[in-house]
Formats: sequence, structure tokens, C-alpha cells
Amino acid sequence: MLLQLKNVSKYYSLGSSTIKALDDISLEVAEGEFLSVMGPSGSGKSTFLQVASMLAEPTHGQIILKGTDVTDYDEIERAHLRNQEIGFVFQQFNLLARTSALDNVALPLVYARQSHSVQVERAKEMLDRVGLGDRLHNTPAQLSGGQQQRVAIARALVNNPSIIFADEPTGNLDSKSGKEIQNLLSELHRSGKTIIMVTHEENVAAIADRQIVFRDGKIISDSKKKKSKRSNNK
Amino acid sequence: MIGAIIALAIKSIMLNKVRSFLTMLGVIIGVGSVVMLTGIGTGLQSYISDQFAALGTNTLYVVPGNPFGEGGGFSNQEQAFIETTRPVLKRAYLDRILRNHREIFNSGTATAVGVAEARFGSTTKKATLYGVMPAYSQVQNTNTTTGRWFDKNEETNADRVVVLGPTVAEELFGKVDPINKQLKLNGQNYTVLGVLEEKGGSFGGPSFDSYIYVPLETLFQQFDATYIDSLIFEVRSQDQLVAATAAIENELLRDLEDDDFSVFDQTQLLNTINQILGALTAGLGGIAAISLVVGGIGIMNIMLVSVTERTREIGLRKALGATPRMILLQFLIEAALLSIIGGLIGLLVAFAGVQVIKNFFPATITLQAVMLAFGVSTAVGLIFGVAPARKAAKLSPIEALRYE
Repeated sequence: MLLQLKNVSKYYSLGSSTIKALDDISLEVAEGEFLSVMGPSGSGKSTFLQVASMLAEPTHGQIILKGTDVTDYDEIERAHLRNQEIGFVFQQFNLLARTSALDNVALPLVYARQSHSVQVERAKEMLDRVGLGDRLHNTPAQLSGGQQQRVAIARALVNNPSIIFADEPTGNLDSKSGKEIQNLLSELHRSGKTIIMVTHEENVAAIADRQIVFRDGKIISDSKKKKSKRSNNK
Repeated sequence: MIGAIIALAIKSIMLNKVRSFLTMLGVIIGVGSVVMLTGIGTGLQSYISDQFAALGTNTLYVVPGNPFGEGGGFSNQEQAFIETTRPVLKRAYLDRILRNHREIFNSGTATAVGVAEARFGSTTKKATLYGVMPAYSQVQNTNTTTGRWFDKNEETNADRVVVLGPTVAEELFGKVDPINKQLKLNGQNYTVLGVLEEKGGSFGGPSFDSYIYVPLETLFQQFDATYIDSLIFEVRSQDQLVAATAAIENELLRDLEDDDFSVFDQTQLLNTINQILGALTAGLGGIAAISLVVGGIGIMNIMLVSVTERTREIGLRKALGATPRMILLQFLIEAALLSIIGGLIGLLVAFAGVQVIKNFFPATITLQAVMLAFGVSTAVGLIFGVAPARKAAKLSPIEALRYE
């Protein structure tokens, strides 16, 4: 099992009251799965994403990644883990302004202490993969929204992570660009990538092969599509 | 790793060129003014040392009063002035000392000062008259370039002869050769015997080059001079300075009180002046250093704004695997780089400034001043960079990514 959450809770205190953003959830994600996470706002799906992607620590419970209990990792270990094992795709793209696509994609490699030549080589490779091999030196301002999100996906892939977390990846795009990003994510899934995607759009969630729905900090539905997998390799 | 972080820091400085430059401005001005002002101070010091060396180092001065002691001199100007104008010194003392201590003293002169209106042709000038004895040329190492000094007879006879400092010679005579010409002092004719070599002068104030040298006796008989303002002795060798000082004091104490006169040599005078100039330089440097601190605060201010402005960026970097230490280092290095680059530009400004100032005023940049200013500016960047960098490093990635 790639990722296991065991009885995970996350509480926030708001004044005197405590908000249970995640309330005792357990979940297993297998390698190669494409999981969509849905639910109304405040249901806990964002908190789930933060906790599962090692951005936030759970209040209770255990998180096991690739068989290792990583619940009690400190801030530095978490940073290394995010760098090596996790790729992030955000709704707002979060690219560095006035910085070339190439440098944006190479950023995780900087923190992975890779040499400059490796950075350039890997970043080029990833931009090629998302179809932006001819836009290496364009800054975000010179790219369309869809292209910016593709740069962000290239960045998420550059360290060859175990899981890609996507938070409303099409939420900030027009329908055509959104479709392109969906196709790109499907393609990554087919090539064996594990993807966990938060979305509130039914049609976007439909591209995943497993859907979970959150409400009030709990998982209220977990359904696998009865769809034959086109490829089952890694 | 540090190399990669430095590269990141340089990138973000370059992304905001104008703001980076404005941030540096404080440090540029700070370093520039520290180096320039201390340069002026040290330049002044070495200039004065050179001047003293040119006047000879085997020289002892006797003056009325106690201008360098406590309660006199620099702490009480008025009192000191009154004391130095007391007519306690006599020409007879000089003669007696020279006569009784031939083994110590080579020669000596008494000096007095007067003022007169000098005229040659249609050129008129208010001039300082310096009444000296012929030995002055030897004692103060002052030779003529053309003509000659007056001799002993001319001096004791109070002849109407003068020797001109090069500046006053130029002013009165222009291109005319002054030797053996008649110069009018307060309307009476004087013969110019010689023109002196250039001594270099004190800037602004009166200089030895602008004096008209007249025989001491002439000064007393023809002009309003009333007292001898100093006795100057040339000691045979520097080793004898202490013995010579004692000899002068013994002789003078036969007629005068201890407080009536002071004996000092060049080194003493030089030390006093150097102390004053040293304090002045440090004071100027200190005032300029305040601007460095202000510059540092400017850097801190901008870096704090920058951290707030780049909150999302910091969150992103953390999400992508930057540890708090790396974020801290990036912002710290950014602040230090701003400060160091500012310091370098400040040094260039100071070098250029000193080149210009040199035309009017002695100034030299010392390695010490450069190192100090540079070290301080780097330290300023690091110290004032800590608070913003810590703020950045402490940001939670989730909060930071959510920041609008």
C-alpha cells in the first residue's frame, strides 16, 4: 500500500470551540490509483489534502507512506519528504512570477540539491512531456492559464514523486484549458502515476478511477469505478 | 547547497532592480561617507606630520604661558591667548642659553609678529611681518631660492631689508624679479634681499609662504610689535632633546616662574595635534556610521515588506521541499548581498569623491577604513536581515499558500 491513513483526525480550535476538520478517517491508497476527493466546502477535503500531503500534522492517528510511519516527522523531515515523494498542483498555479518556466520547474531540484546541469536537463524533459518544450524561457505572464498549469504539473513531476496532489487543478481555467489539464492528468495516471485530486466538479471527478466524498470531516462515500484499466503497469 | 541559495537570492534581487537599488542607497551613502570622512581625517593627519617633518625634528620651542597644559590651550582659549601674549620672553635669554650650552645647541632665534601694509608699484597688500634672526633659516630649514637671507649685522642694525615668502612675492611682484627692488612697508622703503622656497601652507589660514620676513630688531623699532612670541632652538642631535629642554628650563627659571613659559618639541606638538585629529576623525566616522545604521534599518524595512509580499512564494518553496533553514538563509543572504553590493558601490563613490576632494584638501583612503566600512556594512546586512529572515522561515506553508 502506498499511502495509509489510520484513524486520522485534525482539530482546529476557534476561540473556545473545537472544529473537527477531519474526524477519525481511515483510508488506503494503492500505487497507480487516481483518486478524486469531493465534498462541499468545509467538509474537510482540503484538510485531508494538507494532512495527506505532509503539509500539516494530524491531531490524532497515523500516516504511513510506503510502509514507513511518517506521522511524527519533524519539519525538516517533512520538507525532505514533500520534496522527494510528493508533487503539488494548485488551483492558483503558484508559479514564481517573472521567472522562466524552466526555472520554475527546476525549483524542487534546487531543494533536492541537484547540480545545475541535472536541473536544466530534468526540467526540459518535464516541460517536453507536458507539451511546452518550446516555451522553456517564457515567464508565467507570457503563458496562458492552461500553459501555466502545465508548467506547474511539470514541476510536480520533476522529482519523480510517489504521489501527485492536485487541489482544484482546473478550478481557475476555462473549459477548454480545463479539459486539456484533465487529459494530461489522465495520461499521467495511465503512465502509472498515483494522483489524489480535490475537486468540486462532478465531470472532473469522473476522470478518476476512485471517488471519495467528504462531509463534516468524515468520508461518506468511497466508490471505485468498474472501468477496465487500460494499462496496469507502473 | 549554499551556492544554489545564493543564486536564488541574486535572482530575487535582480527581479526588483529599482527597489534593490533604493534599498542599497542607505548603505551606499553610509559606507561612502564613512570612508570619505575618515579619508579626510587621516589625510589631514599625514599632511600635518609631513609639514612638521619639513620644519625639522631637532627643534625646541619656548612660548609664553602654557598652551598645551591643563587649564590652558584648548580647554580655555581666551586664557591661553592672554598667556601667550604676555611679554615674558627676552632676547637676552636666547643669547644666554646659546652662550652657556654650545655643546647642546647649534643655533636659535627669537621671533615676533607684526602687521603692515605692503606696496610695490600699484599693488597693495596687508601682510604679516615675521621678525626673526638670521639663524631662523637654519633652525627652520628655510632657504632662499633667489637672493639671500639678511645677515647678523643687518639684523642688529635694524636695517630696512626683507625676505619674502614665495606667495607674497608672487602677489606683490608678479613676474618682476623682486631681488634688490624697493618694497614699501607702511610707506617706508625696504630692500628685498631674497625669496624663500615654498614650504606648503596651511589651507585657508596664514602660511609661512605668505609672510614677509624682517630682521627682529627692525620689527621692534619700525613696527608695532611689542613682545617676543617664541624662542626657537636647534638642538645638535635628537638624542639631546631631553637635556636641551632641561637646560632651557634651568636658564629661564632663574628669571621666570614655572607657569610663565613652556618648552616643547615637534613630537609633543605633533602628538597633541594628532590626538585632536584622531578624535575628530573618529567623531566624523561615528557620525557617518549612524547613516550606516539607518541604511541597515532601511534594508530591514524592505526585507520585512518583501517577506509579506512574497508570503505565497515562501509557502510554495516550503511545500516544494525548502526547509526553514533554507528559507532563512535565502532571505539572510539577500539582505547581506544588498548590503555588500551597497558597500562596494559606496566604496566606489568614496574613491571617486576623494579624487575630487584631493584637489582642494589632503585626503587619503586607508585600507583600515575600507575594511572597517565594508565589515560594518556586511554586519549591518546580516544583523538587520535576521528579523525578516526569521519571520519568513517561521511561516507555515499552509497559511502562506492561502495568503492573498
